[in-house]
Order: sequence, then C-alpha cells, then structure tokens
Amino acid sequence: MESSAGNSYKIETRSLSYYYEDHKVLHSVSLPIPDKKVTAVIGPSGCGKSTLIKSVNRIGEITSQIKVEGEVLFNGENIYRPGVDVVELRRRIGMVFQKPNPFPKSIYENVAFGLRIHGITGKEQLDSIVEQSLRQAALWDEVKDRLSESAFKLSGGQQQRLCIARALALDPEVILMDEPCSALDPTGTARTEETIQVLKSDYCILIVTHNMQQAARVSDYTAFLNLGRLIEHDLTTNIFTNPKNKLTEDYITGRFG
Amino acid sequence: MKCKRQLSGMIFEWTARSFTLISMIALITILGVLFLKGSQVITWEFLTSEPLDGMTRGGIFPAIFGTISVTLLMIILALPLGVASAIYLVEYAGTGFLARTIRAAVNNLAGVPSIVFGLFGVGFFILFLGRNIDKVLQTGLLFGQPAMLWAAATLSILVLPVVIVSTEEAIRAVPLSHREAAYALGATKFQVISRVVLPQSLPGILTGAILSVSRGAGETAPILFTGCAYFLPRLPVVTIPYLNIPMINPLDQFMELSYHLFIMATQSIDAQATRPIQYGTAFVLITLTFLLNLSAISLRIYFRRRHKRR
Amino acid sequence: MNYSLSDEIKLPPPSSREVAGLSLRNVDLRETSRRRLKLKVQEFFIEKFLFLNGLTSIIIIALIFIFLFKEGVKAFTEIKPFQFIGTHIINFSGQEVFAYIWQPVGEQGKYSLAPLVLGSLLVAIPATVIATILGVGSGVYLAEIASRRRREWMKPVIELLAGIPTVIIGFLCLSFLGTAVQNLFHTSFRLNAFVGALGVSLVIVPVIATITDDTIRAIPDDLREAAYALGATRWETIWKVLIPAGISGITASIILGMGRALGETMIVLMATGNAALVTLDIFSSVRTMTATIAAELGAVAQGSAQYYALFLVGATIFTFTFFLNLIAEVVINRMREKLKL
Repeated sequence: MESSAGNSYKIETRSLSYYYEDHKVLHSVSLPIPDKKVTAVIGPSGCGKSTLIKSVNRIGEITSQIKVEGEVLFNGENIYRPGVDVVELRRRIGMVFQKPNPFPKSIYENVAFGLRIHGITGKEQLDSIVEQSLRQAALWDEVKDRLSESAFKLSGGQQQRLCIARALALDPEVILMDEPCSALDPTGTARTEETIQVLKSDYCILIVTHNMQQAARVSDYTAFLNLGRLIEHDLTTNIFTNPKNKLTEDYITGRFG
Repeated sequence: MKCKRQLSGMIFEWTARSFTLISMIALITILGVLFLKGSQVITWEFLTSEPLDGMTRGGIFPAIFGTISVTLLMIILALPLGVASAIYLVEYAGTGFLARTIRAAVNNLAGVPSIVFGLFGVGFFILFLGRNIDKVLQTGLLFGQPAMLWAAATLSILVLPVVIVSTEEAIRAVPLSHREAAYALGATKFQVISRVVLPQSLPGILTGAILSVSRGAGETAPILFTGCAYFLPRLPVVTIPYLNIPMINPLDQFMELSYHLFIMATQSIDAQATRPIQYGTAFVLITLTFLLNLSAISLRIYFRRRHKRR
Repeated sequence: MNYSLSDEIKLPPPSSREVAGLSLRNVDLRETSRRRLKLKVQEFFIEKFLFLNGLTSIIIIALIFIFLFKEGVKAFTEIKPFQFIGTHIINFSGQEVFAYIWQPVGEQGKYSLAPLVLGSLLVAIPATVIATILGVGSGVYLAEIASRRRREWMKPVIELLAGIPTVIIGFLCLSFLGTAVQNLFHTSFRLNAFVGALGVSLVIVPVIATITDDTIRAIPDDLREAAYALGATRWETIWKVLIPAGISGITASIILGMGRALGETMIVLMATGNAALVTLDIFSSVRTMTATIAAELGAVAQGSAQYYALFLVGATIFTFTFFLNLIAEVVINRMREKLKL
C-alpha cells in the first residue's frame, strides 16, 4: 500500500468495531485512507459502509447510543480518545449526504453557514470564500446571478453540488461522501463525479457507493465490505480486474448484492 | 336481506351525519344570535368610550384595553418559558425519566380546571408571593393584592401547555437531515438549535402563541379574583417619571371583556337594561377569539402547504 | 512530533485555497482556541438555563398540589371532618335531623360537601352522555363517511366550537336557553342542571369528536379491507370492526370529556341556578363544586374556616380531574402499545 507524504495515513481505522445501540455493525475493520486520493467503499446493502463513513466524523452519535472498540486515527491521533473536541473535528472533516439537504436559506447563506458558525462574518471574506467554494463545486457559473434565491429552486444535481460547496467552504482536510449520486439523474451524477476528480488533488476523499461502475470510474483505491467486515482493500484497478478474494469477485460480477 | 342491511346502514350513517350537523348548527346558532343581537350595539363610540350609567349606556373600551393588556403580559411571561421548556424537552432531555416526568406534568397542567388556577392564583401568587414581596420590599400592600400582574401570571400557567405542545410539534417537524448537515459542518448543539431548528419552527411557535392569546382572552375563572374589576374610573396606565411615556401598570386592577360580561349578566342591578351591552360585549369577545383562532389555523395550513412543496 | 487535537489545530500541507488566502486553515490558532472555549462555556450555561425552564412545568404542578392540599387540610382543624358530610340541625318542625347543607356563612357554618358533589355529577354526567352521543357520532362521520373535502372544513368548524369562551356559552344559557327549556319542558327552575348540562356538552363535543376521529383514522386499512372483502357494508364495518378496534381511544376521550365537564366553571356558574340542594332531579337548580369556589372566593376572609373549606373543595375537584386524566392517559398509552404491534 502506498501512503502519501509522511509516515501516517490521513485517516486510518485500526481494528474498529462499531456498535449501534448494542448491535455490532462493524467487526474489527482496519482500513487506511491515504491523503489526496479517492478511496471508495463498496458492498451490498447493510454491509456497514454508511456506518464506517459516519464513524470518521462521529456524526452517528447525534441520534443514537454508540460504542466503539479499536481506533480511528485522523492525522495519527485517535478521534475517540476522551477529551477530543468533536466540533473542531467536524470542522476539519466535511460531509456530503446521500439525499441533498440544503438549508431552507438562500444559496449564498447555505455556503456561508459553516463560515458564520465558526466566526467569520466579514462580508468581503465571506464573499470570496463563497465564490471560491462554488467554483470548486462547478456551480458558480450557474448560480452567480441568483445567489440570494432559495436553495430549493435548484435541481437535484445542483443542490448536491451546493452541499459540496457548503462543505468546501470550510476547506476541510477530508471530504466524506455517503452515496452522493444515488438521488441524482445521470447528468447530475456525471457533473458530481467530475467535481470529485478535480477535488482530489487538494483533499482526501472517502466515498461510499453502491454503484460499482462509479467506484471504478472515480476512485484510486477501493475497499469491499461485507456484513461489517473488511474483505479486501487494494488499488481500484486490482480490485476490479484481479480480485484476490472470492467474495469480492462474486460481488463484482454480480453474483450477489 | 342485503337491502335491509344496506337500509339500516344508511339510517345509521344519516344519524351520524345529523349529529355532526347538530354540532355545527349549535355553533352557527351561537354565532348568529351573538351577531344579530350584538351588532346592533356596535358603533365606533361603543368600542372607544367608557361605560356610563351603571353599564346601561356608553361603551366597553376599558374592557377591551384591559383584555389586550393582560393577554400581552400573559404571553410575555408564557412564551419564553414555554419555548425554552420545549427546546429542552426535544433537544436535551431525550427519552429518560426526566423527559417523561416533564411531559406528564405538562399533560396534567393541561387538565387542571380553570377555577383551580384561580384558587392557586389567589392563594399562591397574591397571598403568598405578593405579601412576601411586600414584606421584603417594605411596600405595604402593593403586591399582595389583586393586580394585572398576578392575573397574567395565572393565565400564563394555564396556557403554558399550549405553548409547549405547539413548540414541541414545530421543533420536531424540522427534518433530521438539516440538523445532520449542520452538525457535520462543526456546529455546536446550541448553534444547530438557534440557526437551523428555531428559524424553521417560528411559524409553529407563532401559531401556538396566537392560540394561547385566544385562550387567555376567553378564560374568566382564573381572573375572577386575581385582578379584575367591574368598573374602574381610569385605565391601568401609569406614566414613567422622567421619560414621560405612558405604560401599562401591571400592579393596577383592570377591566376585562369576559369578566365584564359575566358580572353584567349575573350581578347588574337591572339585567334587562344592560342586556344589549351584554350582547355587544359578547360579540366583541367572540369576534376577537374567532379571528385569533382562524388566523392560527390558516397559518398552520399555509405553512403545512409550503412545507410540502419541499 | 506530537500534536493533540484538543489543544491546537494541526498543520497539514497547505491546499491551493490556503495558498490563495481563501481558507480557514490559516486562521490564527490562539483566536480559534479562545473562541472555542467561549462557545463551550456558553453551551454549558445555555443547557443549564434550558434545564431550569424544563423543570418549571414540574415545579408548577407540584406547587398547585402542595398549595391546594396545604390550605385544604387546614380546613380539618377548624371544621370537624364529619361535618363535611352533614350536620345536625333543628328543622322547622322542631325536630333534630341530619341535613346535608352547604352554608358556610352564618353563626354555625355548615360544610356538607354532599350537595356540591351531587351538583357537579348531576351536570357532568348528563353533559358527558349527550356529548358522547353527539361526539362519537360526529367523529365516526368525519373519519369514515364524510368526503375528504367536507372533512377539511367540517373538522375545523367543530374545533371552533371548542374555542368559544365558556362565559359566552354560560351567558347564552342564562339569557336564552334557560327560557327555551322552561317553555319546552315546563320546568320549575328556569336555571337548572339540565340547562347547565346542555351548555357544558357543547364544550365537550369537540374533545370527544376530534379524538374519536383521530383514533378511527389511525386504525390501519387492513382491517377495513378485510371487512369489506367479506361483504360488509360501510356501516357494518364501522359498527362491528372500527369502533371496537378504536374503543380504547374513544373511551379515553369520554373520560377526558368527563374530566373537562367536572372542571367546568363559568357555564355552571351562570346556568345552573346555584342553589346548593341535595337532589337527583335534573331539572332542579344545583350548585357545583367549581361554582361554589367561584361564587364564594371573592367574599371570604383569608384564614377563616370558609376560606380553607373552599380550598378543600378545590383539592377535591382537582383530585377528581387528576385521576380521570390519569386513567385516560393510561388507556391511551395501552392503545398506542397495541397499535405498534
């Protein structure tokens, strides 16, 4: 496995077992996620891929009782250590959800939301970061003349790119994407995948997808999960052309899932 | 055979339909009688002048003013308390023992008879709290007697469940996805509440506030002995020294529409002579409460439709 | 190199945005730590503040309990408990009889609760019966028979009935309904328990109707489909399947309605005549517990026997309605459990 600059991976789970309300969802998953690359997590429904991604920014905790065994390292530090500032953690890790969920505010205010809650209020600074984020999400040209309109006037694909821009506004180090294209039409999907390719030169991207072709198109590394266990993790080209595990091969060729 | 079953079914259905109609006819009759007999008395002067000649002539302006004042004071007391309670209940309390106890207390409060609130208002607010405040502040008998403040306080605990329940409903209606998005951006719990949840809940909270005001204006038993008077020579207004601004004086007694109607109907010297004014008062009161209720219901429908469009 | 997340912001290699000066990453470290600390302190105090607010409902209901019973219990120091049932008096013929009289004013105050309790029941029970018939009928009609459009405006209209100030209903009973009933039934008392019950039922009908409507609509469609598939008519489905299925909710609504009827003050104060007679005649003038408090609290001296007696009456009515509401809630909770299965 190659690693990015430095000795440690951007994110690494070590023997991570995750319990949702006493129900064990992940079994001892050890997965390294390198910086400035796209890692895809694939697997059949219920295999735990959403749980895995939510364990990285600790967002699962807001609704349920969870228990964690093992570690999740971010820049080498375990984020489940007692005393970790979860708010700060989430500022540095961005997330895009399966169904686009813009706030019922204007397009501008959606992108500026993250900035405002972290204390940035100067109009000029907000303007420039909002513009840059929308450009990065390939949405600027489409909305630059209607920034004060409601975000709900955008199409599904545009809303999802708005959510990407909203996450990018904080310039996070990592971007988590939980099936970002599953609610989009083919055009929206294509645009989003283009954006992901552009973003990976600046960010570490972890993307969960049930669409294997998408994983093959978009990612550098792929991890295959089944029933909460990490079955195989390798370069994407290797996984899809020469899988080492029979289960992986069966899933990829469509024999189950 | 089948015809007989269908026939009896139809008869029963018609009976049910007519029961519903009876209720609606009762409502329309009430409104009709009030309108017919009450509107005769309604003039601009009626609404803006004082009662004269033992309530046989003149108007009911002081009662209107008093009703508005006391419900205003009531909502100032009840709204922040109720909204904060609801926020705590939904966002912080979870499902444990404390949450269930608070909810049980709110449900119980909603079922307390209105005269018991009146009793509590006299025994606790006026005689206990008021007299003790007087003792501590050495103000003689200022707080320890019937006053708008205590009437408003009594009304506010009566409407508290209305505020709490509608606020809770409004907060819960905010979808989880919006909260998740905010948390994922690194917002603290209070930031999520103040910047995402509350702004979206405002319509529901407003509806609850309007319903509370309507309820407060219509209740009589809680204020019978906690601050109302049948006739006062002047309005419960005081001018703040130095600033020279008139302000409602919460330590004054006040006249109020429902109380006025009650006393006129049961204790006026010549009930027949004051009857037209009774109907007029009733008409003003019901118009007020109905307008409030209707606007609350329309608000609710309007915002429900806007929500569905998303 | 040992950085800690909770102390400083770690320094990864600069992104293109940082280079362009458009990133949060190069914000002053001390500034951010100070801000985060301020936010944490804020969060702590806000949570405590909201917690105290949340407690107020519990505090208020507890205070009501305490005050009512504290002052009510004092009545037993001034009045012998036995007297709350009745007193020995000498009647007009000179005989000594045991009479159930409530007459707190006078040289020998009489504090029998019997006429008051009977009065409350004589109004509340007929009112609940009338309201149940009208309310369940309306609820069933709205839920199953009315078309969607009709229901959309009919249901708010019935709810508006609940929004009428009770003093207005009392006023109309006093000025108009009482005479009508007297003409119709030739009653001796123009204002009596029956007129009061009619007025009170108007207030309770919406309670029973809306809960019945909600209950029946909540019954899952499979039950309806099963009945229709067996060839039942619409009414047969309602009467034999839906109402039995929803009986818990309907019962709960009736119990709640009864509680509301017992607690009603203004209508009974204005429409029942306020004569504290012990009677089972529905066309007799009566006085309810609630009306007693409302009528006498204004003139009573604080600390007198009558004062405490009124609190005792208040405690009694509070206990009645408390238990009725409790039973209704238990029934509703059991129904919710059943529906989940």
